[in-house]
Amino acid sequence: MQQRVLTWFLRAYIGVIFLFVFTPIAFSVVFSFNSQRFPTIPLGEFSTQWYDTILADHDVWQAALTSIVVAVSASAIATLLGFCTAYSDYRYSFRFKGAYLALILLPPTIPLIIMALAMLAWFSKIGASGQVWSIIIAHSVLTAPFAMAIIRLRLNQMDENLEAAAWNLGASEWSAMRHVVVPFCKPAIVSAACLCAAVSFDEFAIAWFVSGLNKTVPVFILEIVTGNIDPRVNAIGTFVFMTSMALVVAAQIFFSTKQLRKPAGEAG
Amino acid sequence: MTQPARKRFDAYAMTWRLPIIIWQLLFFVGPLLFMVAMSFFVVKNYRMVEAFEFTNWVKMLGRGYFWDSYFLTLWLATLATVCAMVIAFPAAYALAFKVPDSVRRWAIFLLIIPFFTSYLVRIFSWYVILAETGVVNSILSYVGLGPYTMLNTKFGTIIGYLTLTLPLVVILQTFAMANIDTRLVEAAHNLGCKPFATVYRVVIPLAKTGLIIAALFCFILSFGDFVSPYYLGGSKPPTLPILIIDTTKSGQQWPRAAVVAIMMMITLFAVAFAAISAAYAKRGKS
Repeated sequence: MQQRVLTWFLRAYIGVIFLFVFTPIAFSVVFSFNSQRFPTIPLGEFSTQWYDTILADHDVWQAALTSIVVAVSASAIATLLGFCTAYSDYRYSFRFKGAYLALILLPPTIPLIIMALAMLAWFSKIGASGQVWSIIIAHSVLTAPFAMAIIRLRLNQMDENLEAAAWNLGASEWSAMRHVVVPFCKPAIVSAACLCAAVSFDEFAIAWFVSGLNKTVPVFILEIVTGNIDPRVNAIGTFVFMTSMALVVAAQIFFSTKQLRKPAGEAG
Repeated sequence: MTQPARKRFDAYAMTWRLPIIIWQLLFFVGPLLFMVAMSFFVVKNYRMVEAFEFTNWVKMLGRGYFWDSYFLTLWLATLATVCAMVIAFPAAYALAFKVPDSVRRWAIFLLIIPFFTSYLVRIFSWYVILAETGVVNSILSYVGLGPYTMLNTKFGTIIGYLTLTLPLVVILQTFAMANIDTRLVEAAHNLGCKPFATVYRVVIPLAKTGLIIAALFCFILSFGDFVSPYYLGGSKPPTLPILIIDTTKSGQQWPRAAVVAIMMMITLFAVAFAAISAAYAKRGKS
């Protein structure tokens, strides 16, 4: 009996944790449709005025465009680098491999604000500060580890003999890569690209430091928030949330297709 | 298994191995090393001049406000870590032992979602919720309480830190405990160990490594975050990340900001080293 009470208590407790985690997200969406300038309880009337305001704002569109360019390019570079590294790790053992893996895996453990300062200083040293592609490069460094981890997990499921069989049948290493390894990793590659784009789309510290005048959406939000209470943030935030969610769900769908199909049947 | 014959220079292998090395040296190691060098540069007439002087170090470390910020940041990050670890534990325990596998998978998926939602927007949402005339206070006023000041306090900062770290801590703690052999827990139970004693004497020691890693991540994230202490904590005195921003954005004092950043890195390395040593240390006799 005591055991059952405890179990129910713990389940309720999980509910409370979820409540805490999702309260700000839910309220942000609710506030975005609320007419009040400073939202409180009871809520004001339903209104889409904040959406109308942002959709009519040229700066918002400009920021959205920059964000999309950055997210797509950074995720392409990061996924490519992640794939190369995951494959190297999967197939080869070599000296200093620990240092090699640390090189790609460390960036997310360093506080973003420090990366931001270091990137800002470095890019202005090499004469590249304030460019869109400096944000792209910085985000590719930041997100490559995620791509590497996802693709590496997928490679774990590949039968080692699969590649060897291709070589024995006369395929060169390059064509085995093209016809065996890449098709096998495809779901993970798509999934990795989506996740990297989602991370890049939400990153603001580095983007803020190195962007100059090319603001991304999170930097735009940061600058509005610094000013005062402005419900436009909720409307933009809801859009950003939807975009990120779509990317994460897409990543999840692509990544779990692997469990439905037999690995051997896929590579042919 | 037949590997193609090894050549002295294997172009194929290098095609996959080299890109990341070059990229990270140029854009990850390079910037960090340059930042260290920059901390010795001097600023003259608002321009940075390459030099090797200890002026910035002496100026920053010799000032009271730096150390105020330093210990405040250390204290807040520690407090956030303790709160997150304690608050997350019952939830992670329940997810590891008290729910079916499918529920656990869904819970973890849901807890990953916040990572991909804008942290800024979530903090702005808290700002509105916790304000003097905000949602929490208007609900409390119905039962005749409040209003309470929650913004610009340490409480606000900690709420912000928890928003950032709690999902991750729950996930990592759950993984740490889900790997425990449940037969050991049952054995302790059958031998008459009370539930809380079982948690304390069996579950926590077995999950130690994972739990310490969770705490470490929580500490690193809180220590480096500038959004919560700025928007919810009021930034008086500023934490180290805010100090970096202020120093960089106003007055072009990049070298001094670099000093702060390096001090942060040193602290994090020390904490990480201590945590990892503790995580993998052999258990002493108890």
